[in-house]
Amino acid sequence: MVTIYIDDKSYEVEKGQNLLQAVLSLGLNLPYFCWHPALGSVGACRQCAVIQYRDEDDKEGNLIMACMQPVQDGMRISIEAAAARKFRASIIEWLMVNHPHDCPVCDEGGECHLQDMTVMTGHNYRKFRFKKRTHRNQYLGPFINHEMNRCIACYRCVRFYRDYAGGKDLQDMASHDYVYFGRSEEGILQSEFSGNLVEVCPTGVFTDKTLKKHYTRKWDLQSAPSVCHHCSLGCNTLVGERYNKAVRILNRYNRRVNGYFMCDRGRFGYEFTNSNKRIRKPIFEGKVEDFDRDSAAAKTSELLKDRSKVIGIGSPRASLEANFALKSMVGEHNFYSGLSARENKLARKILSILRNGPARPASLHDVETADAVFVLGEDLTNTAPMLDLAVKQAIRNKPIDDIQQIHIDRWNDAAIREYLQDEKGPFYLATPSWTKLDEFAAKTYRAAPDDIARLGYAVAHALDESSPAVEGLPDEIKTMAEEIAGALKNARQPVLISGMSMRSEAVIEAAANVARALCRDDRKADIVYTLPECNSMGTAFLGGYDLEKAFEDVENGTADTVIILESDLYRHADKTQVDKFLEKCANLIVVDYLKNRTSEGASAILPAAAFAEGDGTLINNEGRVQRFFQALNPDPILQESWRWIRDIMIKLDDKKAEKWKALDDISDAVLNSLEGINPKIEIAPSANFRINEQKIPRAPMRYSGRTAMYADKSVHEPKPPDDPDSPLSFSMEGFAGPRPSSLISFFWAPGWNSVQSVARYQQEVAGELKGGDPGVRLIEPGDHAKPEYFKTIPDAFKPRQDEFYFVPLYHIFGSEELSNEAEAVSELVPDAYLALNKRSAEKTGVSSRDKVKVSIKDGQISLPVKIMNSLPDNIAGIPVGLPGMNYFELPAFGKIAK
Amino acid sequence: MLSEEEKKEIDQELSHSPTRQAVVIEALKIIQRHRRWVSDDSLKDLAEYLEMSLDALDSVATFYSLIFRREVGEHVILICDSVSCWIMGYDTVLDHLKKKLGIDLGETTADGKFTLLTIPCLGVCERAPAMIIDRETYGDLTPERIDEIIDKLK
Amino acid sequence: MEKPLTKNIDPERGPLDIRGYERAGGYAGFKKALREMSPQKVQEEVTDANLRGRGGAGFGTGMKWSFVPMGDEAPRTKYLIANADEMEPGTFKDRILMEGDPHLLIEGMIISSYAIQARAAYIFLRWAYKRSEELLRKAIAEAYEAGYLGKNILGSGYDLEMYIHVSAGRYMCGEETGLLNALEGKRATPRAKPPFPQTSGLWGKPSIVQNVETLCNVPGIIVNGADWYKKLSKTGDGGTKIYGVSGRVKRPGAWELPMGTTVREILEEHAGGMRDGYKFKGLLPGGASTDFLVEEHLDTPMDFGSIMKVGSRMGTGTMIILDDKTCPVAMLVNLEKFFAQESCGWCTPCRDGLPWTHKMLMAIENGEGRMEDLEQLELHCNFLGPGRTFCALAPGAVEPLQSALKYFRDDFEKHIKDKQCPWRK
Ligand SMILES: Cc1cc2nc3c(=O)[nH]c(=O)nc-3n(C[C@H](O)[C@H](O)[C@H](O)COP(=O)(O)O)c2cc1C
Ligand code: SF4
Ligand code: FES
Repeated sequence: MVTIYIDDKSYEVEKGQNLLQAVLSLGLNLPYFCWHPALGSVGACRQCAVIQYRDEDDKEGNLIMACMQPVQDGMRISIEAAAARKFRASIIEWLMVNHPHDCPVCDEGGECHLQDMTVMTGHNYRKFRFKKRTHRNQYLGPFINHEMNRCIACYRCVRFYRDYAGGKDLQDMASHDYVYFGRSEEGILQSEFSGNLVEVCPTGVFTDKTLKKHYTRKWDLQSAPSVCHHCSLGCNTLVGERYNKAVRILNRYNRRVNGYFMCDRGRFGYEFTNSNKRIRKPIFEGKVEDFDRDSAAAKTSELLKDRSKVIGIGSPRASLEANFALKSMVGEHNFYSGLSARENKLARKILSILRNGPARPASLHDVETADAVFVLGEDLTNTAPMLDLAVKQAIRNKPIDDIQQIHIDRWNDAAIREYLQDEKGPFYLATPSWTKLDEFAAKTYRAAPDDIARLGYAVAHALDESSPAVEGLPDEIKTMAEEIAGALKNARQPVLISGMSMRSEAVIEAAANVARALCRDDRKADIVYTLPECNSMGTAFLGGYDLEKAFEDVENGTADTVIILESDLYRHADKTQVDKFLEKCANLIVVDYLKNRTSEGASAILPAAAFAEGDGTLINNEGRVQRFFQALNPDPILQESWRWIRDIMIKLDDKKAEKWKALDDISDAVLNSLEGINPKIEIAPSANFRINEQKIPRAPMRYSGRTAMYADKSVHEPKPPDDPDSPLSFSMEGFAGPRPSSLISFFWAPGWNSVQSVARYQQEVAGELKGGDPGVRLIEPGDHAKPEYFKTIPDAFKPRQDEFYFVPLYHIFGSEELSNEAEAVSELVPDAYLALNKRSAEKTGVSSRDKVKVSIKDGQISLPVKIMNSLPDNIAGIPVGLPGMNYFELPAFGKIAK
Repeated sequence: MLSEEEKKEIDQELSHSPTRQAVVIEALKIIQRHRRWVSDDSLKDLAEYLEMSLDALDSVATFYSLIFRREVGEHVILICDSVSCWIMGYDTVLDHLKKKLGIDLGETTADGKFTLLTIPCLGVCERAPAMIIDRETYGDLTPERIDEIIDKLK
Repeated sequence: MEKPLTKNIDPERGPLDIRGYERAGGYAGFKKALREMSPQKVQEEVTDANLRGRGGAGFGTGMKWSFVPMGDEAPRTKYLIANADEMEPGTFKDRILMEGDPHLLIEGMIISSYAIQARAAYIFLRWAYKRSEELLRKAIAEAYEAGYLGKNILGSGYDLEMYIHVSAGRYMCGEETGLLNALEGKRATPRAKPPFPQTSGLWGKPSIVQNVETLCNVPGIIVNGADWYKKLSKTGDGGTKIYGVSGRVKRPGAWELPMGTTVREILEEHAGGMRDGYKFKGLLPGGASTDFLVEEHLDTPMDFGSIMKVGSRMGTGTMIILDDKTCPVAMLVNLEKFFAQESCGWCTPCRDGLPWTHKMLMAIENGEGRMEDLEQLELHCNFLGPGRTFCALAPGAVEPLQSALKYFRDDFEKHIKDKQCPWRK
């Protein structure tokens, strides 16, 4: 800690930071543009100017840029000095020279950092009286709207997009006051993180195109804290609502999880809630019914009344509460997790590895701070996108640590990049085919999953001889294993990343072995496993039988009635099997929010609330339980799945359900049911939590639509809807002061209307949220004396004559069920294909775009060929989950025919 | 497609350059030497050859004033508009050039022969006013001298 | 009078080849340095000579070198760069040196590289200097041939490669960190200091950027010693200086003279005074980015300290003369247009402030000015000054403006009051 004097008051601040950061952490106001807590300082905008004095007697002082000045003990500065204020106002005036002042029609208006800073500096009247320079805008794809005239050239967009996220197609073009931020030619932005431009850009140059479809002023959005439902990482989000529709997603800062950023699937996938595939009314025997909740539940319960052979199939994309309700209804012995045998096995294996330790499950933040990374089997960009971004930061850590001797402050971003040039820390990547992260890796290994596992085992053995050795490894792989082991061993914080996407137990075990081998001799290592869906980990906690058993049960008549919760079975099992199963079910009851093939012939379909319309709890891949809250009030017939199940249970006279009046009741019941979990943990404040006897508002104080909101019907302000499930109110009324971090429904602070106000919610800039980051980690393995090693080393991959080995490939846009139904995302979903390298294609006598017949076990599909030269010989890639794709149990051998 | 000669010249640069990025400006100049200007297509070919993104390349190409991203004529007349030349009669010289060629600044003659542009100080202020055509510098310009120079190039 | 920089220059004969240059005593300093002196000793000699940078800022050359990490711990790759961008309007001195005696620059570069133990040396040359490029390429080839460049030079164990980079335009390339970015094939935006190029320069390695004229001084210092060098000068700043004059004088040109020769002597004796029919009104002493001096300053010695004292900077030492038939406001329109155009676009005040000053000046010149514009121009002079912008381009840009507002204020006001330029018919 050092003491600094700001306008003659003394403050204690943390060393090693820059003055701007320190000032903002103290809660003082100092305007800025080019600085960003995650991107560091470059000193371009000159907005953060203050006066620095030599000593107490210095009355003149020097103008300095706070963001470029390290804090020093005893330093004296003034924010308020007239010279500094005047200069800061001039900066705004310059920025306004070419700015169009189109706030009234600008999407950013009301949440605009430029507006905030303009007010903060006190600049009012612009003296510039000449013509403004104008630019042309570009089409940048379905996500981002481009309005270059609003640009103030802070360079943040390219610094995020290019420098931080590794994108290449958004650049700074031209020079002087012609500088232009865009692409060489217009076209779809190629980065999976482009949506962050919306928040990174301090004005309305890059805005959310999906929000633009529902033009609204930002202060008229109601929002609620939520958790992303589009992969297992559980990024924290804010859902914005207008006229009972979800209209946008913003990042919700959580230092341990997603920090300041999120991926495009997470940001734009929400549009599935507005898709025309939504189930909005109960459907009985194919007929849409205008029932209310009670009659829909009654009618459904009739289907179950005389039945004893009822089973329930849960879902990894449904909340803990929904799964738990179903499990309670049908009983543990009739509950199926919704996962195939393989999926169940892999998810539970991961859970047990994490629980057993000693390697800790790493959060996204932990990955960002790691200094050596080894990825086994995961194409992170497409299976767990934010891990891609985290790894891109991690690979800078080792070289940055190394240069501390030449005293370049970590926040001095451009200086560090210039010094390091392309130097990268150790990062190794083993996957079957090319990934977008390849270019950042020190080495990549292209192989079948079993060979990837063997490399992992070999690395573990190189780290600890007592771990099993791999026989018959080629020399070059042995050398690579040794190199990787050496790099991991030398790291202060190595991290292993693997997951379920290769659907290989061997890969998962191999990663565990490496992590365990690293955790010897007081060393520590982190481990991350990715899972397929937002609550896959929750499913692993809850248990349940394999899907295959459900198929058997129906086949052999032990079950005839099936309740399917938020799941499309065709994504988890072979088509012919599912077809047969569904046909054989006497009664099929579906509770879901999107129509799909599974629900097509159901006897009853109940309209469930999607994430934006309900509350619930999820467990992410790290084992962090997190709560998501309802942002909008849908048609009353839509309710959370657990409520439908509860209502049916009540109709069936099941007394348990009567206690589940609100979310808290069932949440508590879930926690109580989980083995080894302290049921007292608080995921979020309970519904009766109040501050000064007030609820916490979802709408900001600036909300204008109270009486005009339904002006087409009535100008009387309607009573806000009740929310029995949370302390959040559907209105602007309520406690306006600091709220618990898990209840942050928007970021706002006096003078800070943009997302930059997040600094006011943090204990210090870029630090934890006040009151602690939300979410509770369920898995904290202790130190284990002697870790057990897995020993089942697979044999090396052996190709088969006339057959191919099919491995799964993933697409950020396309492989995930929900976001595929989002309008903007669906534009980027590729057509299904079969991938082969050129040699393999030639051998088979096929070329690019030829249609071929693929047969894997019983399943068959016809696909066009795509040449993917990074795939090894004899290995073919099948994209997972694309529309029109069937499910295959991969990896597996199969045949390709013309 | 880049010509063999262009590739050879670029390879020559690559041979002694510590990074690929470092040859970018030289490579753009090589393209320009062979094709007068750097068209969108040339830029794409070059990006492919250097294995870098088109956008990153254009970021550099559009920064430098002597990389022409618009088509220019056979001879590019760059007339110095900086202070010493301006004092010494830049306006007269420019007017004469415009009249003689029948074009304004930034334009190319109909026959594609000449493009007229300005350039900052050429470093021959002792012989102001000055201009540069095809990298040949001409100082002490007068209307007569200009006629002589241009006529020779016609 | 000794002219160590230009003694070999004879425009009639053309530049000397390596043999001629050696016959004239060339490469003696280089040989002495490599054979008899340690890198530290070379650095000391240059420090003692009080050689100050000729690129405009006048920073002590030896001092600059002393920040380069030396010894076994230092990075093995270091670079020396000759700044031959010379895009400062009104400046043409480096061209004269390169066209007149290319080997002198190369020798200076080899010695300087040796002093900091650089592995490679670059000449960053502006595109317009075609003749310099040809001559330097030839001279470099000769130096390689002679074994003065390449591996194990003169058996000393010291290796040095030398390259020429021809710029693609932009004044910012002359700013030393913008230059480094340009050499790396990037946009020539400036870099933050610290870290200084001496520790993190080209490709992140320790680097020294030095003006051509500065480097040309080094061989003489090494051959003849610091004392000799200091005595060449009339003032405290060591050596001779290439002074130049452009504008409506009788004999525009450049001359090597003792450092500290007065403005009047340069203007009247060497440049021959004003052309007939023109009167002296003011001058920019060292390129477009220096403050105006007027009649009362003519007897000031042209050295870094003396010019600073009268409120300007010696800059490049090549002066631009404003005569009485030229409108000072119009001259500023020209100057600020240049600076506005050449701003790299990185920092706000320069990117958006300079075009504004240009537009105001144009309005005034066209008779559409307002009195408030003068205030606004003054504010710009203040807020585009040193420390306010990211690099020194903008502070340089406002130097002629702030001094014009001081010395020629009446002219500005007359434009505004009469709603026309008094110099236009
Ligand atoms: C905008 C700008 C342009 C410059 N252009 C040149 C130039 O063309 N040549 C030069 O030697 N120095 C130029 N300089 C100065 C250099 O930044 C640097 O100080 C100089 O090359 C150092 O050499 P010296 O110490 O030998 O003078 C320029 C500075 C600025 C701010
Ligand atoms: S002062 Fe600013 S905008 Fe101007 S050239 Fe320097 S960094 Fe670029
Ligand atoms: S925030 Fe400090 S200069 Fe931009």
